[in-house]
Amino acid sequence: MAMLSVSNLGISFGGLRAVDSFNIEIEKGELYGLIGPNGAGKTTAFNLLTGVYKPDTGRVLLDGVNITGLSTIGINKAGIARTFQNIRLFKNLSVLDNVKAGLHNNYKYSTLSGILRLPSFFKTERLMNEKAMDILKVFDLDQEANRLASNLPYGKQRKLEIARALATNPKLLLLDEPAAGMNPAETVELMETITLVRKKYDVTILLIEHDMKLVAGICEKIFVLNFGTELANGLPSEVLNNPEVIKAYLGA
Amino acid sequence: MKNERSKKINKNILNNVITIGIIIIFYAICQIMIQTGSMSNLMKGLLVNLCYYSILAVSLNLTVGILGELSLGHAGFMCVGAFTGAIFTQCTVDIIPNTFIRFTLALLIGALFAALFGMLIGVAVLRLRGDYLAIVTLAFGEIIKNFINVLYIGLDGKGLHISIINTSLNLQDGGKVILKGAQGISGTPQNTTFTIAVILLIIIYMIIVNLIKSRSGRAIMAIRDNRIAAESVGIDITRFKLLAFSISAGMAGIAGVLYSHNISSLTASPKTFGYNQSIMILVFVVLGGIGNIRGSIIAAVVLTLLPEYLRFLQDYRMLIYAIVLIVMMIFNWNPACIEWRKRHQIKNLFNQFSKKKEA
Repeated sequence: MAMLSVSNLGISFGGLRAVDSFNIEIEKGELYGLIGPNGAGKTTAFNLLTGVYKPDTGRVLLDGVNITGLSTIGINKAGIARTFQNIRLFKNLSVLDNVKAGLHNNYKYSTLSGILRLPSFFKTERLMNEKAMDILKVFDLDQEANRLASNLPYGKQRKLEIARALATNPKLLLLDEPAAGMNPAETVELMETITLVRKKYDVTILLIEHDMKLVAGICEKIFVLNFGTELANGLPSEVLNNPEVIKAYLGA
Repeated sequence: MKNERSKKINKNILNNVITIGIIIIFYAICQIMIQTGSMSNLMKGLLVNLCYYSILAVSLNLTVGILGELSLGHAGFMCVGAFTGAIFTQCTVDIIPNTFIRFTLALLIGALFAALFGMLIGVAVLRLRGDYLAIVTLAFGEIIKNFINVLYIGLDGKGLHISIINTSLNLQDGGKVILKGAQGISGTPQNTTFTIAVILLIIIYMIIVNLIKSRSGRAIMAIRDNRIAAESVGIDITRFKLLAFSISAGMAGIAGVLYSHNISSLTASPKTFGYNQSIMILVFVVLGGIGNIRGSIIAAVVLTLLPEYLRFLQDYRMLIYAIVLIVMMIFNWNPACIEWRKRHQIKNLFNQFSKKKEA
């Protein structure tokens, strides 16, 4: 039984079939790459998986549970977390608070005990701080914990987004172009971080990326999307040598 | 690293201590002036006003600065609190002779009803964003004011009589009319004192500051900063928006109760609960700094005192007042001015103090 099993997922915007019969099976622990030309529907597929858009057809099973049509919040609680193509941090919160916002549903105390500063507030906040610092350390952001998120350099903002998504303790992590705008050195560092995170947090990853070095370097399987439909799907060696894929996306 | 974090927590506590310290020192000075008789009657009459305006500004800052939504109906929530509190006191003035208990209950009832109205409005409109919420809250403020102007409430042996048509209310013998439409409520016991108002201001300040620095506050600010990202980490948008909005409304209700128990005759006039009043509160918030709770209190105090002290200008008073507002706005956020303020912070005094001690 695959961890994420998507069958026949599709959505139309007016006359445009943005994603059509999208089928993918992701096993637990896999690192899957989703590639394709601009406008192929990659981000739309992410938005369908995370409940931002409601699919017209198809269904999504996570660990055998049907999560099709749930709200974004419900899907996050079910175990899917994501990052965004255009960075969406909580800009006026500190780096630490960004991660603690991610811990929102895992560490709870009531609003009243927060206002009255009851013991549960101090206890839970301490646990949250420890957990958040743990996650920040993995991303080498622990020195920046008290800086405002908007003051971080671009590469670190990207990392913080992944850290925040991980804080929600997901089974499946969706990364939307994590290396966009990064220089080659930063990209290599990011690849190492992703590999490390996957082992340390035992999380399955599906990522969209245009940097083929990254995709070929770390992905175990690749799915190619073109005009909203599947063009190829399989091991990197097969997919990247597929003439159709070279014609549509990679170029000669 | 750990040191740095504990420093940050200390900084927060220090900030709160400074704000509460300022309020208490201000209170002490006023008390001394009253005792020695050196305070003018004008100023004496303004003391409670300063407190409830501060409460209004602080609570609106929760909506505007922390939640990031524009509300133009804050005076409407104050109105709800003022009238429900006053009606409660009028009804129970014979039943509960203890002023302290009765007034505490009136405060709670006023806050509760205002929060309830906040929640009702919130359920309906917090799905809307930006300007739409401003328009609906503005309409709410006007509607509630006009509704109370035609509302008649009376009390007799059978209980409360409420009507908007029958002004005689068919009361039994010995019944009394509490709310007389546009004539409002008169004869509410004036239980509000400067001391109570200051204590409430401190309590409300603490509630808001503690809320902001907690899990719920973080969720509220996350929604403000990026709604889509907040949803993606599983924060329940509607719930926390409603929470912030109704707490904010409830506190405006408390300010209303303070107001209604400070004057002899309470009417829902445009001057006290109208659109201009809501804008006035918003001006406190904007000038004090959006999201800056201490700034709201300072702005509320300064801008309430200013027009009173400009009275000698007679007809030119509001003209000069407007110019002062504009000048303050420009200078307040001038980089050079911000720099100057940073160098002359009260916190630095503390630091100098501790340095001297070390040396």
